[in-house]
Amino acid sequence: MLPLFMRSIKFIVGLGFVFVLFLALIGTITGLIKEPPQATAEEEFHHHPKELALKSDGLLGKFDNQQLQRGFLVYEKVCASCHSLSLVSFRDLRQIGYSEAEVKKIAKDWPMKQPAQDPKAGTWGERDNLPSDRFPKVYYPGTGTPPDLSLMTKARHGGPAYVYSLLTGYEEKQPAELLARFPGAKTPEGSHFNPYFANLNIAMPPPLTSENQVTYSDGTRATVDQMAKDVSAFLVWTAEPTMQTRHQAGLAVVLFLLIATGLAYGAYLTVWRGVKH
Amino acid sequence: MSFPWARHYEPKNALTQWIDSRLPLPRFVYNAVGAGYPVPRNLNYFWNFGVLAGVCLVIQIVTGIVLAMHFHSSAAGAFESINGTIMRDVNAGWFLRFAHANGASMFLAVVYIHIFRGLYYGSYKAPREMVWLIGVVIFLLIMATAFMGYVLPWGQMSFWGAQVITGFFSAIPVVGEWIRVWLLGGYAPDDAALNRFFSLHYLLPFVIAGAVILHIWALHIPGSGNPTGVEVKGEQDTVPFHPYYTAKDGFGVGVFMIIFAILIFFLPDYLGHPDNYIPANPLSTPAHIVPEWYFWPFYAILRAFTADFIIPAKLWGVVAMFGSILLLFFLPWLDKSPVRSANFRPMYRIAFWVLVLDVLVLGYCGGSAATPAVVIASQLTAAYYFAHFLIIVPIISRLERPKPLPNSITEAVLGDHGGSRMSETALSA
Repeated sequence: MLPLFMRSIKFIVGLGFVFVLFLALIGTITGLIKEPPQATAEEEFHHHPKELALKSDGLLGKFDNQQLQRGFLVYEKVCASCHSLSLVSFRDLRQIGYSEAEVKKIAKDWPMKQPAQDPKAGTWGERDNLPSDRFPKVYYPGTGTPPDLSLMTKARHGGPAYVYSLLTGYEEKQPAELLARFPGAKTPEGSHFNPYFANLNIAMPPPLTSENQVTYSDGTRATVDQMAKDVSAFLVWTAEPTMQTRHQAGLAVVLFLLIATGLAYGAYLTVWRGVKH
Repeated sequence: MSFPWARHYEPKNALTQWIDSRLPLPRFVYNAVGAGYPVPRNLNYFWNFGVLAGVCLVIQIVTGIVLAMHFHSSAAGAFESINGTIMRDVNAGWFLRFAHANGASMFLAVVYIHIFRGLYYGSYKAPREMVWLIGVVIFLLIMATAFMGYVLPWGQMSFWGAQVITGFFSAIPVVGEWIRVWLLGGYAPDDAALNRFFSLHYLLPFVIAGAVILHIWALHIPGSGNPTGVEVKGEQDTVPFHPYYTAKDGFGVGVFMIIFAILIFFLPDYLGHPDNYIPANPLSTPAHIVPEWYFWPFYAILRAFTADFIIPAKLWGVVAMFGSILLLFFLPWLDKSPVRSANFRPMYRIAFWVLVLDVLVLGYCGGSAATPAVVIASQLTAAYYFAHFLIIVPIISRLERPKPLPNSITEAVLGDHGGSRMSETALSA
């Protein structure tokens, strides 16, 4: 009796797992029949990000400093009052074409200051930003915490296209069809309908509302669409300032590896010449 | 052990003779991965993946040691030290970080191919059971190391992944919750958990390296298998590891490096999840918690168990998930067929490819949101997974009539057209 049990234990264990999964399968199917999944407003009315073409796209994409500077301007004048940029230092702006003097001035004039302790009195005060400082924390007076923007284009599906779509995707009113089908999905007081946001209702009021909200110095027309594009491009840079270096290094590395691997293949053929395998 | 015709290490100059008579380390290397190790001459490219896994381990250890020099293992500083300091301020820090993160994916991809090669060619069968058993231990260690490494950046997926995985232990009756708190050093993942994960993440690779030495040692007792599954009969069946397989592995490493470089330099975030670029927030659960791709099949098995039967569904899921790997320990005794290579096993060969498809579907399910359709698919494929190893393979190994095996490796290589036997000059080159 025992040897038979030992020999068939694999079948017992195997059939055990299969049986429990069979029970689970029946449970899933009956659940599906009893309570068919209900469509939700988020599933039906959420939009995928719009198309956005940037120079930094693609395997060998490069940054367009002119656009990054415009984007920085949009960040400075519009976003920075609520959103911090805590992983970026003022000195990093040198990389997108600002001169040392300009960076010093930007840091000094930045409205949010750095906390500083008086070494004698021990009291806390403020000091101007230096180029070596990270962008200071933003103390947001409202409810909720506006997310830090340093990594925003890496932290959302769709990246810059998502940021661009969100900024340009606000709708004055919810679609009538949505309210007709999902009366409970009315945008709550204090929120704003935006079909590119995951749950359709975002607390942030439309930040870019009118042309020339920001004054561009390079002659580009500051339309809402253009400003949204520029700030999205800027946030690609903040998320990974070394991206262009990475692309360039990658090209050299892959070319080197192709040659080295070609040589290794030659060595392999040479070593194995005359040996059938 | 070695075949009687294996070449012997002969130190040529005074220095190497001096070393050899005091500490014969060069002799050891010569016999292990040098000209002193005779290997079947007919290995195909799937036999490159053992060496590639070793290369991955070295890459992970080297990049990891340097990253650890810049990493702050604290809940307050971990995210910032990786995404701020390492990615922006450390020289080539972005390269180290992307190489290490994508290196983990490359490592697991290589290991999966290595394991499936073993399944196809019957590498787990006598006399190589011990090689297989140590291999499964290495696989478990790699998975533990990869999981703990993924927690270290302390993003949303890190935190919630740690929460979910340690939550498995709370499924254990009576003492489960106590074990979970003990493992985490708190009621939720925090500094204590992050620090011990970092400590173990640094330790385990060296344990893996030790297990790899045992893996290779155990392999060298019977010698490498080969695609025919026919054992080596004589000198004409083998070539010395060096230069034959070092040359072939050199080419393999080159191809591997090209794919790895494309990931690091051009698609560094392709295999990651955007949520891990959001700092860990215990108060905000991500909409979908998904592990890294290499855990997807096991995650699908975990989620497939949705019915309470004697024990709670969650415990079934955990038992099945660990069981799905642990049953690999029994595989050498579940598959009784004396024929190793699936090339000569028509039924097993079909079952193998169905298993490959099954695991791919499981992987897809594990990476998707748990909609009813996905849950049903994972229940069916999880059932097949267990049936494959515990029912189908044992039955096949009795019913199947294998195709005739070649008499020797050399016969299989030279085929019907015979003629050009390997020349002696080539052998002694």
